Amino acid sequence: MKRAPRHSYPGINLGEDHASAHKATEVVTFGFWVFLMSDLVYFGLMFAIYITMIDAQAGGPGPHELFDLKSIFAQTLILLTSSLTVGLAMLALKYNLPRARVVFWFGVTLALGLSFLALEIRDFMNMAEQGGVPQRSGFLSAFYGLVPLHGLHVASGCLWLIVLGIQLKVFGLTDLLMSRMVRLALFWHFLDLIWIGIITIVYFGGLAYG
Amino acid sequence: MDRRADMHKRERRRYVIGYGGSLLLTLVVFAVAYQFGIETRGVYLTIGLLGLAQLVLQLVYFLHIDRRRSSREDLDLILFSTLVLLIIIGGTVWVLGNLAIRMHMM
Repeated sequence: MKRAPRHSYPGINLGEDHASAHKATEVVTFGFWVFLMSDLVYFGLMFAIYITMIDAQAGGPGPHELFDLKSIFAQTLILLTSSLTVGLAMLALKYNLPRARVVFWFGVTLALGLSFLALEIRDFMNMAEQGGVPQRSGFLSAFYGLVPLHGLHVASGCLWLIVLGIQLKVFGLTDLLMSRMVRLALFWHFLDLIWIGIITIVYFGGLAYG
Repeated sequence: MDRRADMHKRERRRYVIGYGGSLLLTLVVFAVAYQFGIETRGVYLTIGLLGLAQLVLQLVYFLHIDRRRSSREDLDLILFSTLVLLIIIGGTVWVLGNLAIRMHMM
């Protein structure tokens, strides 16, 4: 198999169809990586707190009573699929496919993001019904500090998608807008990486050691 | 134009491979947890390793991070952040775990 052609910067990019936009995006994309990595450190802190708090259940409801693995499974598949669709949207952009295709894949991504949030909020409400509220125990405080933080990121990603949609309608496909779309795609893939950590450490780890 | 169509196809295939692989790993993780029960220590280790594999898979196929020269800066950034992360998480778990043992909380 031949190697993918080299670009002046790695990762998701706009390619030769959009040479000017591509060049303008270089520095800000690297800057965005720096932001993502500092966000990762923040998530890492919350993970560390959660790990140390797994036993601090104070007689309240624990992982076995509260976690609904079927719903977690559905959320995992939804978020993973949305990571693919945002990638397909980037490819449609990069290879100059009809704009309707770009809008379609971003639209699918938004729909998947919103359904992920709906399932997650339903889970939190079910947990609260069983007495799993943040002030109940250290374990639950740590849980609500971490998982909804990820949900908040997904929600801001959805808001970002909506804003980009409006900007696309008003300004058309400008270089600046394409550069923003690159960063959104990076952000969205990053959220799926965090989610892998959450299912492994928060849900399975909670069930294994809680 | 043909070359571009070819490149498009190849890049799309990378995303599909990344998606298929991640999907497979996710299914295996949930199947293992369902089949063997999560409480067994070996099972949790397996799940952890599969999670790690999925992280790497998505970094390579979705975020296109690899060891090519042009990727070095991003790779360096990710590796450094991972180091910071390991110190934070490892240190916290070590110190507080040690405290818990000395206080006879475990």
